[in-house]
Amino acid sequence: MSDGAGGTALELAGVFGQLSLVSIGGINAVLPELKRQVVERHGWMTAGDFAALYALAQAAPGPNMLVSTLIGWHVAGIAGALAATGALVGPCALLTWLVAGVWHRFRDRPWRRLVQSGLTPVTAGLVVAAAIVLSEATAVSPGHAVLTAIAAVLLTATRLHPLWVLAAGAALGASGLL
Amino acid sequence: MSDGAPPRDPPTVAALFWGFLSIGVIGFGGVLPWARRMMVEQRRWLTPAEFTDLLGLCQFLPGPNIVNLSVALGSRFRGIPGAVAAVVGLISLPMVIVMTLGAVYAAYADHPVVAQGAEGLAAAASGLVVATALKIASPLRGKWLGIGVALLVLVAIAVLHLPLVPTMLVLAPASILLHWWLQ
Repeated sequence: MSDGAGGTALELAGVFGQLSLVSIGGINAVLPELKRQVVERHGWMTAGDFAALYALAQAAPGPNMLVSTLIGWHVAGIAGALAATGALVGPCALLTWLVAGVWHRFRDRPWRRLVQSGLTPVTAGLVVAAAIVLSEATAVSPGHAVLTAIAAVLLTATRLHPLWVLAAGAALGASGLL
Repeated sequence: MSDGAPPRDPPTVAALFWGFLSIGVIGFGGVLPWARRMMVEQRRWLTPAEFTDLLGLCQFLPGPNIVNLSVALGSRFRGIPGAVAAVVGLISLPMVIVMTLGAVYAAYADHPVVAQGAEGLAAAASGLVVATALKIASPLRGKWLGIGVALLVLVAIAVLHLPLVPTMLVLAPASILLHWWLQ
């Protein structure tokens, strides 16, 4: 199991298949767990590699869950990319397919609103925790920490397109100003 | 086509595939805004109210919201083939794009300018995650029970570094019970 960098497609499928069924709130909510599994438990990559792959997935078009494709590909090539992405999509897709019809039928019931009001703060706590864990990993210098804070303020307070902020971050980093 | 009350024919399997392919490819900085634009405003597969209801379900279920949304929509209109067409349309081309970007990055990762640029990009991306987290948490404003539960989850994961699954299995039912008793 703990054989250093030699992760197999099967192990990847195990990690992402488990995350698929607990990631209420999306992939950002399970980012700390994903990092724990990939960096600390399996030792497939460094924390810096992990942050870089996550940033690539953010910068590329498409859902942020494609960080699974990049991690799988980094660990075990094309087979790893397909195994990780398929394992992340498959279980939750099956569950959604099963529940969607039932949910539609019970849309006016009080228990549905109760479950939703109980899960909302859990989702919020998970996503904020993920933001903290990720920010710690990418703050490689005080300048980078300031950049994260400024980006967060800009994207909260203005309607600026996120891609401009990501591009500015990359340009600032490449210029050596940070 | 662009205005008036639309007689909404259910989309075909092929239309589902191409619709989700189009939002996957242009979905910079998150796919959800593009998904709503395509489904509600352009192709009129759903009314605004139907979209919000479906999104509510998908946020409540585990998994990436947009994947769940494509499955729920595809299966509502065309059963399992519709769900598969929507998901494959959503992620197939972005998978190729993201691996191409990854290959470019890997080839030049040792170059100091690329490495520094990637660090800057990663720091800015963290800011995007922080901003999104604040937006997701904003409905809790003024709800002290909700804020308390969210802080408990935050401390468990970000400070104590507890594993996610047992934490969720304890705190999610506890939160639902607390909301049931206290409200």
